[in-house]
Amino acid sequence: MGRYLIRRLIQAVFVLLVISAITFFLFWATPANPALLICGRNCNAETVAQVNATYGFDKPLVVQYGQYMQGLVSPGGRTIGSEGNERNCAWPCFGESYQNGIPVWNSIKDAFPATLWLALGAAVLWLLSGVMLGLIAALRKGKFIDKFSVGLALFGVSFPTIVFGYLLLFLFIVKLKWIPFPDTANAALFTVGPVKWLQFYILPWITLALVFAALYTRITRANMIDTMNEDYIRTARAKGLGERTVVFKHGLRSALTPIVTIFGLDVGGLLGGAVITEQIFSITGLGKFSIDSVLSNDLPAIMGVVLFAAIFVVLANIVVDVLYAVIDPRVRLS
Amino acid sequence: MTESVTSAPPADTRAGKPFLEVKDLQVHFPTDDGLVKAVNGLNFTLERGKTLGIVGESGSGKSVSSLAIMGLHKGSKAKVSGEIWLDGAELVSMSVPEMRALRGQQVAMIFQDPLSAMHPFYRVGDQLTEAFLVHNNAPKAVAKKRAVELLDRVGIPSPDKRFFDYPHQFSGGMRQRAMIAMALMCDPALLIADEPTTALDVTVQAQILDLMKDLQKEFNSAIILITHDLGVVAKMTENVVVMYGGRVVESGNVRDIFYRPEMPYTWGLLGSIPRVNRSGDGRLKSIRGTPPSLINLPKGCPFQPRCDYQEHVEGANCATELPELLQIGQEQHRVRCHINSEQRKQLFTEQIKPSL
Repeated sequence: MGRYLIRRLIQAVFVLLVISAITFFLFWATPANPALLICGRNCNAETVAQVNATYGFDKPLVVQYGQYMQGLVSPGGRTIGSEGNERNCAWPCFGESYQNGIPVWNSIKDAFPATLWLALGAAVLWLLSGVMLGLIAALRKGKFIDKFSVGLALFGVSFPTIVFGYLLLFLFIVKLKWIPFPDTANAALFTVGPVKWLQFYILPWITLALVFAALYTRITRANMIDTMNEDYIRTARAKGLGERTVVFKHGLRSALTPIVTIFGLDVGGLLGGAVITEQIFSITGLGKFSIDSVLSNDLPAIMGVVLFAAIFVVLANIVVDVLYAVIDPRVRLS
Repeated sequence: MTESVTSAPPADTRAGKPFLEVKDLQVHFPTDDGLVKAVNGLNFTLERGKTLGIVGESGSGKSVSSLAIMGLHKGSKAKVSGEIWLDGAELVSMSVPEMRALRGQQVAMIFQDPLSAMHPFYRVGDQLTEAFLVHNNAPKAVAKKRAVELLDRVGIPSPDKRFFDYPHQFSGGMRQRAMIAMALMCDPALLIADEPTTALDVTVQAQILDLMKDLQKEFNSAIILITHDLGVVAKMTENVVVMYGGRVVESGNVRDIFYRPEMPYTWGLLGSIPRVNRSGDGRLKSIRGTPPSLINLPKGCPFQPRCDYQEHVEGANCATELPELLQIGQEQHRVRCHINSEQRKQLFTEQIKPSL
């Protein structure tokens, strides 16, 4: 187990290294010229050269990449800025934004809580609703409630998030005025209190959870129907166990195993930012941050957000694999 | 229908009522393709301490009948009719909670494939104790002690350690032993074994069968042994029911079935047993054709489309008239066939017996 984890973590570092290299070199393969963007309107050859020197754009790409990685690897961070204007960028150094000079790590730290709350809240919502609907549908297979759930799930997967989100926003905020217009200041739980916080997040949660809830309903239903036809369910009934024990202890336990896998990966993926939902509800999370940085060719910001998101995906993979071995005794970690 | 087999002399308990009596049992499943008539009028009786074999090909209604005795069709779409009397209680009309109290306690079942019949995520020991605790208001330690005792009894080495193993850590034979131990947790009076040795190799099979016989003596339980292996039947049972197309086609004590069979289907079954002590052309005989569709059962004798002896029938039409299950001789030997008994006996001694 310990050795397995260490090996997986080493693999994870390698994966992150590859991702960082690909992102870095891919950016420079695009026609974007950050020096021109940085020097602004009054650009001439001289100012461009100056910018190049300041940001190190004049050095070979490999050297630039090496310097960038140094900031992430060495515990002291690295020194950035031009000669005479050097400053230390503390670890983990993702560099400073080309747009506003703010250290990227600070921006990420600021944006992350909003994304975290959005993702976790939605995850709880879709997990509970999806599993519950799927379970009921499976147990009442062919009945009205089953057809209703399957229909709802079909609606959920096929309704574009962007339409659904704006529809909710228009209906509950603009038309019915049940919820005040989103004020990004309300995104922080510990300063505004739970009521405002809930008001802020409830619609984004529903928006984000819809697609996932629909998928989870279908997966739970299918798994549960399969499981309830298993021989060991018949054995459980033959023992004289009550139907509730049969369904929950023997049935759902097995049916939920694959759910654990996709749930871990879905949440891990979302922690890197829920782009569309954040955009609709003006949540200043990682999703919005990544959109902004891509649109403004802000390489340090792009690198930062990509690596940050990748860490979650890679870690989620490891967590899921370990969890799987915990749930299913037949799975051996090796 | 008037078909019945009485195994053993009538018990003197409960004013002569047998321990288990199945009367005109029918199990039908409505499906999209039509009504699947899995069991059509099954009758038999069984006393404690005795073993009844139910034989027949796949799809002849053996397993479905046993699940009906367990009440496991309740809550499904299956339509079960007829009567099942167990120790004075009628099971077909019994409510689900009442039936649940009997399952595992009075009637227990050993399933065919012990790997898929045990939950892969729970320890073998926990699955055993669960069967005990659901019927006994006892502390877990008592249940554990009982489980370890039974694991030991069914021949699992170091049972106190294997108690904590998962099913996948057991070999096939050990899993089947554990299944048997699980079924015995509450000392059931009736044990239904649905092909308990089909998934096992021959040496393990013999061990398991010996074990079941020993346990039967010890616990005085009645056993219904469902199988398509006539060797197992010969070794284990006193009485045999041969099923075909959801109906009993021949029944009687085990000697009648093996030495004086009269139904062409039974002849076919006997002819298909492999013999190691016989040289010859080396090919196994099979019964031509395939089992009938349970949705469109033949109108007449269910075996008619595959029967090679129809020309011996006089005064009846195999394709349109269903023969009655009639008693022949003194003992409870019953046969469902239009050929008259004398003719059948002659056919058996002249044509079938020499080739067995």
